[in-house]
Amino acid sequence: MEYEAVIGLEVHAQLLTESKIFCGCSTKFGAPPNTHVCPVCLGMPGVLPVLNQKVVEFTIRAGLATNCAIQPKSVWARKNYFYPDLSKNYQISQYELPICLDGWLDIEVEGENRRIGITRIHMEEDAGKLVHDPSQPVSYVDYNRTGVPLMEIVSEPDLRSPEEAGAYLRTLRDVLIYLEICDGNMEEGSFRCDANISLRPVGQAEFGIRAELKNMNSFRGVTKALEYEIRRQRAILDEGGKVVQETRLWDADQGKSFGMRGKEEAHDYRYLPDPDLPPLVVDEAWVERVRSELPELPGAKRARFMEAYGLNDYDAGVLTAGRPLADYYEAVVAAGAPPKAAANWMMTDLLGALKAEGREIGQAAVKPQGLAELIALIDSGAISNKMAKEVFAEMMATGKGAAKVVEEKGLTQVSDEGELEGLLKEIFAANPEEVEAFKGGKKKLMGFFVGQVMQKTKGQANPKLVNQLVNKLLGE
Amino acid sequence: MKITAEEVAHVAALARLRLSDQMSAKLTEQLNDILTAMDKLAQLDTSGVPSTNHALELTGAMRPDQARPGLDHQRALANAPDSDGQSFIVPKVI
Repeated sequence: MEYEAVIGLEVHAQLLTESKIFCGCSTKFGAPPNTHVCPVCLGMPGVLPVLNQKVVEFTIRAGLATNCAIQPKSVWARKNYFYPDLSKNYQISQYELPICLDGWLDIEVEGENRRIGITRIHMEEDAGKLVHDPSQPVSYVDYNRTGVPLMEIVSEPDLRSPEEAGAYLRTLRDVLIYLEICDGNMEEGSFRCDANISLRPVGQAEFGIRAELKNMNSFRGVTKALEYEIRRQRAILDEGGKVVQETRLWDADQGKSFGMRGKEEAHDYRYLPDPDLPPLVVDEAWVERVRSELPELPGAKRARFMEAYGLNDYDAGVLTAGRPLADYYEAVVAAGAPPKAAANWMMTDLLGALKAEGREIGQAAVKPQGLAELIALIDSGAISNKMAKEVFAEMMATGKGAAKVVEEKGLTQVSDEGELEGLLKEIFAANPEEVEAFKGGKKKLMGFFVGQVMQKTKGQANPKLVNQLVNKLLGE
Repeated sequence: MKITAEEVAHVAALARLRLSDQMSAKLTEQLNDILTAMDKLAQLDTSGVPSTNHALELTGAMRPDQARPGLDHQRALANAPDSDGQSFIVPKVI
């Protein structure tokens, strides 16, 4: 039978705040265990949580960027479960009344646009980290991560394939990075994804029984885990079996997922409103201020780059992949570089060099002004394209300006018509046979004349100009 | 019966409470009494009354996003059942 996959994603995004959501402990990654902790995040008796205003601000930003309705009043809830990664034995989250509802995100898959619904976005605190000792019957608990602010973004079951799920995740991640509220690092766990997936016969309206997939820590992992799950469920359904509703853990090394056993009761979280935290009220003025400060988002920027700079879809996509990169490009163009040349130089030479160095655009030794200067030197004929590559490499290595490198290397291209004409006349006089042959139609000898000029100028003649002069002098 | 002895046992298990049969029977009875009393309240017409999530009319207490040093490491671990000087150590969970 033909089946259709129905997929919904839950994304946990770590917010880029300095301090935790309910206390002033640092959120910095990589500190020694249990050094960013205090009585609040350790769950000691008698303490009270105080909400970090920036967590709310960032979540409003995410909500507006994904077309959600920001709720004037939302409520904090306790999610109860016993596990040593929770110091209090409950996690503060939002349940019945989250801060953002009913949004959507447009994605593009194979050239087609799809609108994916966003059910809700809520705020919550992260749990601690457990390290298990394979040689001893103990686990080590580090509460540094406890209380680090998270946003949970829940999509509608609108996704129909692993490719769509991947496109949604990438689009969402790009938006959060543009908003400067999450670094989007899947490997480090600051952008994590769980998936709900079921199959149904094509044409059937109601959903099948779903499985929940966890532990996918890369975009590839998400796609692979969904593909595996589609095959697994199809095999069950084809044999007339029933899919069991369960949580499955993806194992990237084995390329398989495994059902988690004995966790049935763990899903009974007994949510209740948190009596320690009054309802969160967000007034209209706050929402409108955040709205007015929203940056241009990736999709809009890409469309504008195509429109304003005449770039094709691919180039615009590459150059708007990150806000710093897009800003760099616009600065190069603002400094006078033709848009197409600026795009070519950035996409081949600049990004290539940065990749080789393992650096980010912000760390490039060549600043936008410098790249524009280099492109201007090419356009004016002062240096050839080939020389420019050499100059650029030197600029990246030393941080020197284009003009300075050209001067130091003595690379200035000879574009003086009088000087080149003089040289050509000497060459013609020394090679009368070639001159006659050229005049007689052996145009291939052009390369010979240009080569002679290059030899005499140590490669610094403007080849285009030499071409024109040969044609002019030998009568065309 | 609003709530059965099995449900009481389930909730007790979720809360990690070990109940004797006697205690379980007593709690089942008390919980049923409480739920019966709630039925009385449910007879009130509350249409048009907004739901209350919180007893206080307070809102808006927030703090600026500023990090400050945490607890001294040794003090943080002072109440740990077991520790290696870095982490809390608990019986193995997985």
